[in-house]
Order: sequence, then C-alpha cells, then structure tokens
Amino acid sequence: MIAIEFRLNGGARRIDAPAHWTVLDLLRDGLGLTGTKDGCGEGVCGACTVLLDGEPVRACLVLAARLSGRSVLTIEGVGADAPDPLQDAFATLGAAQCGFCTPGMILAARALLSVNPAPTEHDVREALAGNLCRCTGYVKIVEAALAAAQHVTPCASPRSS
Amino acid sequence: MQQYAPGDSVAYRVIGTSPARADAWEKVRGRPIYAGDFALPGMLHGAIVRSPYASARIARVDTSAARALAGVVAVLTHADVPRNEMRMELPGSMAEATAGAVLATQPVLAVDRVRFHGEPVVAIAAETPEIAAQAVELIAIDYEELPGVYDPVEALRPDAPHVHEGGNVLRRWHLRTGDVAEGFRRADVIVEHTYRTPFVDHAYLETETGIGWIDAEGVLVLRASTQVLEHFRDVADVLQLPHSRVRIEGAYLGGGFGGKEDVTVECLLGLLVWKTGRPTRLVFSREESFIGHGKRHPYVLRYRTGARRDGELVALEAELISDSGAYAALSPWVLFYSLVTATGPYRIPHVHVDAVTAYTNNPIASAYRTFGSIQTCIAYESQMDAVAAALGMDALELRERNFLRKGDAIATGQVLETEPMLAETMRRAWAALGPARAGDGPVRIARGLAASFTPYGRMCWTRDSASAWVGMELDGTAVVRCAAPDVGGGQTSSLCSITAEVLGLPLDRVVAVGRDSHFTPRAGTTTATRQLFMSGNAVLRAAEAVRRHLVDQAAELLEAGVDDVELAEGAAFVRGAPDRAVPHAAIVKAMSSSGRPMQALEKYDAPVAPTIDPLTGQGKPFNDYTFGTQAVEVEVDVETGGTRVSRLVACYDVGQAINRQSAEGQIEGGAIQGLGHAVLEEVALENGINRNPHLIDYKIPTTLDAPPVETILIESGNGLGPFGAKGIGEPAMTPTPAAVMNAVSRAIDRRVTALPITAERVLAMLAADDAPAVPSKERGRRIDGANEADAALGGAATGFRVEGPGATGSARS
Repeated sequence: MIAIEFRLNGGARRIDAPAHWTVLDLLRDGLGLTGTKDGCGEGVCGACTVLLDGEPVRACLVLAARLSGRSVLTIEGVGADAPDPLQDAFATLGAAQCGFCTPGMILAARALLSVNPAPTEHDVREALAGNLCRCTGYVKIVEAALAAAQHVTPCASPRSS
Repeated sequence: MQQYAPGDSVAYRVIGTSPARADAWEKVRGRPIYAGDFALPGMLHGAIVRSPYASARIARVDTSAARALAGVVAVLTHADVPRNEMRMELPGSMAEATAGAVLATQPVLAVDRVRFHGEPVVAIAAETPEIAAQAVELIAIDYEELPGVYDPVEALRPDAPHVHEGGNVLRRWHLRTGDVAEGFRRADVIVEHTYRTPFVDHAYLETETGIGWIDAEGVLVLRASTQVLEHFRDVADVLQLPHSRVRIEGAYLGGGFGGKEDVTVECLLGLLVWKTGRPTRLVFSREESFIGHGKRHPYVLRYRTGARRDGELVALEAELISDSGAYAALSPWVLFYSLVTATGPYRIPHVHVDAVTAYTNNPIASAYRTFGSIQTCIAYESQMDAVAAALGMDALELRERNFLRKGDAIATGQVLETEPMLAETMRRAWAALGPARAGDGPVRIARGLAASFTPYGRMCWTRDSASAWVGMELDGTAVVRCAAPDVGGGQTSSLCSITAEVLGLPLDRVVAVGRDSHFTPRAGTTTATRQLFMSGNAVLRAAEAVRRHLVDQAAELLEAGVDDVELAEGAAFVRGAPDRAVPHAAIVKAMSSSGRPMQALEKYDAPVAPTIDPLTGQGKPFNDYTFGTQAVEVEVDVETGGTRVSRLVACYDVGQAINRQSAEGQIEGGAIQGLGHAVLEEVALENGINRNPHLIDYKIPTTLDAPPVETILIESGNGLGPFGAKGIGEPAMTPTPAAVMNAVSRAIDRRVTALPITAERVLAMLAADDAPAVPSKERGRRIDGANEADAALGGAATGFRVEGPGATGSARS
C-alpha cells in the first residue's frame, strides 16, 4: 500500500492504495466514485476520462501513485457548486442516451472549452475523437458542446475546481 | 387516436415535444448506478475461464492449484451446474415441416468439448478481482484440437465436420409466391449478384456485467445489465429452482443493441452466487465481451432480380445463408426476419427465397439491431441500383415505380393496411442532400440511397403482451410501474411522456420506477423495437383508466359533466371556463376520501395472427413495419482507397414522435452505427479465432468518422403504438450500409458486394480487371430483349452476372 495525497474535486484527500491501482481503480473501488466508467480498461474508449490538473487523461492508464500533489476533477465534481453549462446542454439537448460515455465526454469537452471557449464544430469533433459513443452518432453531443460554449464564462476553467 | 381526449382536436402538450429525458440530469452528473457500479459488503468477484480454441475436445481439467490459492472461494465446472443447458425451442407447428433443430441447447459451462473461441469452461469466485484473475491462470486444461468448420457454405457440405450431433443445418425457411420461372420469362433484364456481410460486434460502451445476492426470503437476486428481465427463468431452470425464487432487477444499461438480449452473465453469475451463498460481482472485460457474446450474423446473399424494360419488377430468386456460429441462440428467428424482408419494400409478383442458417465453429451469432433486416437491405437495395443501371433508368424512379403502397401485399401475402409513404421518405432524403459537389483530384464524390422496411413488434403468432401500472399519489403526482428495461433509447422517459399527456400533468410530476421481474408488471423484453409499441400501449391504457377516475371525481368537484372536464398542467377545469379549476392534488385527496380507485393495472395484447406456413412463408408475420430511406454522400479517394461519408440524411415515417429528441437520437445513432458497419467494422476471424477483440483493433465510428446526420420525421399517425407511433430503434440502422454501398459503387464504377468497404477492398476492386462493374446511368444501354440477358446467365457464382452490354467505362455519376 502507498499513501497518496491529492486534491479531488476541490477538496484535499489522503488515501492508502495498492501500488498497482490505476486512478480508475482508486476512484471506483477505493473512493466509491462510480461516475467514472470503465469501458475497456485499455485506454481506447475514453469512458474513464478525468481531468488531471485540467488536462484530460484516461484514468485506466494512469497509476494512482501519480496523483500525489496533483488535482483531479471527476464528473462528481462538475456542477457541484454551480450549474454547469455542459451538463445543462447535454441534458436538455439529448446528448446522453445510455449515459455510459457521458461523464468522460463532458470532461473531455470541459477541457476543450477551458482552452478554446469558442470552438468550431471541427474543434469539438477533434477534441472528442478519443471518446467513443455507440448510441448517439455524436450529433447531439457535438451540438451540446457547441451550445455550452456559448454559455461558458471566461473564468470557468477546470483548474478552478 | 386520442381516446382519452374529451375534445375533438386537442393539441398534444407533451407528446411530440423535445423535453429532457427523465434520466438526463442524473446521467450528466454520472449518478445512475449501472449494474457494474453496485457493490455489497463482503462480495466476491467472479472470473470465467474460456476456451482458447474454436473446436477442441477437453481431455482434462485440473482445478487443484486454483482451489488451493488463498482467497479462492469457488471453482466450478460443468459438473457443478444442476441443469447444464440453456434452451432455445421452436414453438408449435414451427417445429414441424422444415429441416433443422426443434430444440437447441447450449451448456452454461463446456462439458467435454468446446465449439467456439471464448466458450466458458470454468467459473471462479474469489475474495478480490486480482485473486480471481490469478486463479484463472492456475486452471490447467488439456485440449485436443478437433477439425472445425468456419464458413456456413462449407458447413452445409456433406463432408463438413459436425459442430453438433445431427449436422450443421440449424434451420431453413422458405418464401414462395407466384411462379418465379414465369416471372423471369417476363423479364427484359435479369441482374444477379452475390453479397457478403461480416460478423459485426455491438461494441456497447458497457460490457456485460451484473451482481447477485440471496435475499432474506431465499430468492436469488441478480442486478444485471440485460435487455431481458425474463431471463430469471433461464437462471432458475439452470439452477433447478422454482421460477418464483429468481429475481432480476434491471439496471440502466450502458447500451444493448441486441447484444444483451441473450443470456450473458446471468446464468454464470447465478451459479456463483448460489454455490457460494455470497454476493458476487461478475464483469466481463472488453476482450471477454468481444469473444463471449453473440454477434451480427454474416450472410451470403445470392440475389437474382428480374424487371421489365419499363422498370416493373417481376421476379426475385434469392438464397440466404447465415452463419449461426457455434450455438443456435436466436439464429432461426433472425433468419426469419431476413426471409420476410428479402424482397425489400417492393411489389414483386413472383418470389422464391430459400434461407438456411448453419452451425460453424465461429463466434455465436444472434440478435443485433435490425435482427436480420440489414443483411437483406444490403442485397435488395444494391439490386435496385444494379437493375436501374442495367435498364438505363434513374434509380429513384425505378424504386418509385415499384414501392409498396397501401393495399399491396408483401411477399408473405400480408396486405398493408396503411400507406408506407416510401416515395416521400426517399424524395425528401435525397433532396436534403442539397446541391451536388464535384470531386477534386483523386477524390470522387458520389451519392447513394437505400429505402427499407423493418418490422417493429414481435411475430404475430407469439401472442405478445405487456402490462403496466399507473397510480396517483396524494400530492397529485403520478407513478408508472412497468418492467421495461431502458437500454438508453429513452424507453422509461417515453412512458412518462405518455402518462403526463393522458393525465394532464407536467412531465416532471410523473416518474417511472422499477424494471424488476418481481416488483413491476411484466412488460416483456426491450428488443424487437417493441417497447414503445407494447409497453407504451399498456401504459396508455393504465393512464386512461386512471384518467377516467380523475375526471369522474373532478366533475363532481366542479359540478360539471364529465364530458366538459379537461385535464392540463396539473389541474382539471371546465372547458371554456378555465377559472373553474381544481388541482390534481385536491382531486386525488377527494378520490382517497371517497374510495375511488387511484391506480390501474392494464395489459396490452398485440393483435394475433395464425402461424405462417413454414413451407411457403405465407401469412401475416408481423403486425406492422417502419418504412424509411437514408441517403448519403461519400468521398472516395481512388489513390488511397479511403472512403469518407460526408453527408447522411435519414427520413422515416415514425407515426408519431413521442419524445422528439429521442426519436431523432435513435435515428442518428442507428445511422452512425450503420456507417461503422459499412466502412469500418468486421470481427477478424482466423479459423474461428477472434483476432481483434479490443476496441483498438475493432474500430467503431468516432466523432471524426461520423458526418452530421439530418433527420426528417414524417408523422402519419399510422402506427400501432400509442398516439399512432411506430417503432424506430432498429429501423434506424437498416438502410445505412446499403446506401453507402450504392454511393461508393457509383464513385468507383464497380458494384460493391462485400462489407466493410475498407481501403484495401476499394483498391482491389479498382485494380481488378474482372471486378463487378456497375454501368452508370449516363452510360447505361437499354437491353433490347430477354434473350440477351438470359444468355449471360450461368456465369461466375459470385459477383456481377447480367446487366446487359456496356458494362465497363469511366463515366462518373
């Protein structure tokens, strides 16, 4: 077991975890945060996307030990304090069907909007190309990300959490 | 239609609008607890040992080392399974008259031989996932490889190795109408092609998963990701328990598409829980999902189509051969859907179709969105373009000339009672592609389309039914109870919309709970595009019954006639006098005091028809069909062979959209899934061994592969579902691959006959001198007589045979 101290969704956390655990193991099995999904365990599907110091990473590919001193944002931390434009747009525009890719999609889109608050459709498609969805054909996901961009204030950054 | 409505023409307030789904807000917060998210204190972790061979004898299984490992709680083999078979039976007269199995079975755990790569052999439960994985490695199994058969055509040969005792023919079906020889004699042109489709994976984001425990009453409970709560019966039969002692609690699914229609984790999980007595979780890895669950059937489709020079279709002869894989699963029924849809949505007077599904040592093939309708669409819509080219006729005009209309019979003899609106779906989809674009350099741009028809609801003779309960709470809100699994298509939310509409409630005052085989009224499977049709009607009836009680009570309170009471926005009011109103909460309180029923349990029975004739396919197979067209624009780079679908338009008669964004979402998602089928996806098999069981190798469309999809909804009100709705879940996918094939065929002047349309395949077709050619419309020459066409018959078994003269050239469409 190793001790890991990091920031999770804005709060300080300290947890002992087996050395072989990934961030995905830590979140789901160690902390009971099951909003981060395991779709392949191989870094391909993007369902486990979380933000590590604001950058999107695949939680299944990052060892939990790498979190020490860093900041993680998961879907449970999005919109916790104030309504989140991405969640609002995804919900109202029908971008979530089965919902399994949704947390990863929202975090990947959040990372995009933090560096590019006025993306084009192509920007959105490029940014989300690593997040697979089998239900929606991506139409309403892309629409939702573009709609949310219209409502993102300049201070809304993943680092602010 | 608006049976509940007291007025003549009440506009819908909820139906047809685009509200956020009931589950949307929780899903965007990551809160829904999927089957694999659920945990219980002290739970064990399951793992499955699977066969690395496609065909082998099991000589010896040594579990001693695994059993000796600390933390291993159970190591189970076939000898531990009380009744080691899952059954697929053909009911009633269907079992007679044609060749093939009446009862097909599949072991839960392999006994003395394995028939496919990935077949479960040993089930393990351990204290941690790591120990379970370690135990898997410690199981020693000696296999002796056996000859296998890996192609359905090979499997049908008399000397092929038998996958099961009794031979490799699982099931045959036949469709006969008219006199096909006479039909071909009347034809001025005959076009023949053979089409091949691959194994395709559902590739839902959530793999198969579940958790089980034994509750205080001794009932085995499984919380599983399944489209079919009724699998509690399969689990009970396998464990030799009374059906009443197994309960399946349906979680929200992370996608299904038919892949969670058969039993997946249920029997293995039930076995582990029952044998250990402890809560157990079983999650299939992505690789296990790929090698373990049923796929879309590969087909070989030999099509011969005859037409008059004016474009009238006169004859179709077709042979459909499907690869069932190692076990039966739902193959006979999938093949039956193919039989019924083999003609496409066209009037053809003389039809002769033989269909057979054969066992092989390939992965199991079973249900996958469209259920056998997509393979036939690939063939019949390619044939339409080929016939049009051979006749020198516009491909849309040819279709329009032959489309089924109200009053026409499909080839089974079933007369269509409502207008299919096929021409409208086709013309609107084609027009929406917009102005044609020119290609540039090596990039050729072309368009294609495919019309389609797909059944919704089960076969008429199955006597399908669904039940639902609707009740009022004292605060005037409503609860729906209905055991309809939500696979992500918005099934639950649509039931809320129906209830809100009927009861005059805002949508947020209705909740649909449950999806549980013990606690909610049985609604049947979320398969066969049946849930809106079946459970939607059951909920409609239950809500209408509750509405009658509400209106009776409101009429008393308002001192008005029941015919003058309207319900809207959570209140009852007197028509024409909106100030005379009483809120639902007050009505329900009065109902409670007066003893009026506040709830209703209702059942909807689908219309029943006799079993079809198994020798001729004649009869009424399905109650209704959904018709629609998809049109695409493709860019094909003739230097790299790469194909990009740049535009996609889908137009369907959905009858009535219940939740508009859900209807659109189904179509968008189905079309892009179909696009993957067309240009990307194929399970790579090498003598039955799955060589790409990972998402890195099995490519599904990403945001960059998927073009924007434009959906056009026609709402005829002609469906059999609530408010005239038709089903759209499966029809959404049916025509996409065919439309892409037709577009690419035009782009490269070759008839694409196999999927997926990879760069390698395109380059090979461009390079091959004898590639099947498709004469483009601009160059095509009219065939001057049947003799010329007939003379060309008898060519190669595959590929292009007859399209008349002028079959090569380079004109662009």
